[in-house]
Amino acid sequence: MRLKVNYDIAFTHILTRKKQTLVAAMGVTVGIALYIFSNSIVSGVSSYTKLNMFKTIPHIRIHKEDEISKSLIATDSTTFNLISNPKITTTSKTIINPYGLIDQLKKQPYVLNAAPQVNVDLFYSSGKSQLKGMASGIDVQAADAMFNITSTMLAGNLENLSSDLNGIVIGRGIAEKLNLRMGDNLSIISSLGVSKVLKVIGVFATDNRATDDSKSYIHLATAQQLIGGNPTSVTDIYVKLSNPDSSGVYAPRLQQLTQYKVEDWQIENADQLAQSKLTGTMTPLISFSIMLVASFGIYNIINMTITQKMNDIAILKANGFKGKDIIKIFLTEAFIMGAFGTLLGVSIGAILVYIAKGIYVGPPVGYFPVRFDASIFISGIFFGLFVSLGAGYFPARKAAKIDPVDIFRK
Amino acid sequence: MKKEVILATKGLSKYFLEPVKFKVLDDVSFEVMKGEFLTIVGKSGSGKSTLLYCLSTMDTDYEGELLISNQRITGQKADTLASIRNEKIGFVFQFHYLLPEFSCLKNVMIPALKLGEHSYEEIEEKAYEKLNILGLADQALKDASKLSGGQQQRVAIARALINEPDIIMGDEPTGNLDSKNTAIVFDIFQQIAQDYGQTIIAVTHDNDFAKASHRTIEMADGKIISHQKIFE
Repeated sequence: MRLKVNYDIAFTHILTRKKQTLVAAMGVTVGIALYIFSNSIVSGVSSYTKLNMFKTIPHIRIHKEDEISKSLIATDSTTFNLISNPKITTTSKTIINPYGLIDQLKKQPYVLNAAPQVNVDLFYSSGKSQLKGMASGIDVQAADAMFNITSTMLAGNLENLSSDLNGIVIGRGIAEKLNLRMGDNLSIISSLGVSKVLKVIGVFATDNRATDDSKSYIHLATAQQLIGGNPTSVTDIYVKLSNPDSSGVYAPRLQQLTQYKVEDWQIENADQLAQSKLTGTMTPLISFSIMLVASFGIYNIINMTITQKMNDIAILKANGFKGKDIIKIFLTEAFIMGAFGTLLGVSIGAILVYIAKGIYVGPPVGYFPVRFDASIFISGIFFGLFVSLGAGYFPARKAAKIDPVDIFRK
Repeated sequence: MKKEVILATKGLSKYFLEPVKFKVLDDVSFEVMKGEFLTIVGKSGSGKSTLLYCLSTMDTDYEGELLISNQRITGQKADTLASIRNEKIGFVFQFHYLLPEFSCLKNVMIPALKLGEHSYEEIEEKAYEKLNILGLADQALKDASKLSGGQQQRVAIARALINEPDIIMGDEPTGNLDSKNTAIVFDIFQQIAQDYGQTIIAVTHDNDFAKASHRTIEMADGKIISHQKIFE
């Protein structure tokens, strides 16, 4: 198969000026490599942050919200409120018929899992020192499935909690501050004044300091005793979604199933999300500027080629080449430069990502959180080719407009 | 034998706007017959090259009318004109204008590849044949830039012939050549006109060259001042 004459000319131009082609391609290479590398880091870090977040917070939390007393009679402009100083009237924070609701939640196609939890605000005390914190009474299997608590365990076995009403699994910070070891006793006093002495059967570390310094896991039934409830008392239902990023869509749907407050993690963690959104906007902007600089390289080389080849362009036009043929020739050259540069850039980007993946940055992060993401590579390829073609188009159009008579008369 | 008109102009006028408005072609009308070897002579600035570029369809900025093979050329779109040039007109320039990165053979082939009427192999064979006629068969695979001026000009002529155009136009085709090469080019032109019935229109200031052509148009101040017909 022979190349069409336009492509034949383009390839000959490229092959007779390998050095310039290489220089132009290198610009794209650097741009694409940086594009892929920086986006892989941002993607890796944001997924690491999210993953870390979901070690302790659920995608969706359902709980009872405090209610403020309402006026006894309807208010309009002609009447006065009978209660002028409204107070919170919530007497119990427990959800009525929580297991019915959990069954209902689990039936939703976008819900992976739903688990009951009883959260108790309390003080840990050992000897004279006291520490404020929160204990979560959990259904061990359901909670572990949701938060993968086992993976954060430093000592002990979480499984033991399911059969030990007097056991407690504490955060590393609590263990350090109260100088507790496995098997030590720890007294806790709930905010309602109920106190208990529990045995430390495990220590976990989420690497989130605030959590490790205050949180502990206890048996669901123990927590129910601490809030003075009964064996069906549940304060929170945690829901795991198949796609946490669309929690904003699913939360209102779940809200229709219950009168209790349905809270979506994105609203709860708006500040952290805003930050990652900001880096998410900055990175493409930075890589775009790099590509813009790279595109000037291609623009310059094509422009220079055209200036040097004015005579050739004139002779081609005299011999019956149309304006669009000339555009095709130089666009092909830009495309070859761009494709070569992109290919090299993608390879270098992949190598950089691979190297970064192997760098150990130490706890709590572990290995550098960079992610191989096919979509980044694909968008990088399209980006590189698109920018190259764009950079080639403008000088090519200029070449197409060259008037051969002007050249011949000189 | 009845002569067929291949190219005709009717009241062709053209202005240069820079540096001052100047009428470079003034109501030029003439006809060129098929198989004619026509030369256009005149002093520098007489408008002879300008006339040729108007005839070539590359310059479209003129008043009046141009017809090639009874087809109206004036007012056609640029792409259409490019196709007409590709098919019907061959060019030979003073400074031989070959594409330097390509072999002689490829230079000759390019207009035919663009036309796309024959397969690559056929075109290659035809180009080789043309180079052979011009005595350059042994140089076919050399880079165009490695040839002498006279050889390059002959390659350019081979290129002009490749699509077997109706008209071959030359802008001082011998202007840059020594007398020996001029004689070669001249012989070729005559042969083309006689043997193949192709029309030749060449601008020249070489009087020997002009004298030997079938007809010479002399121009001055944008007007034709004589149609000296040597050959009828």
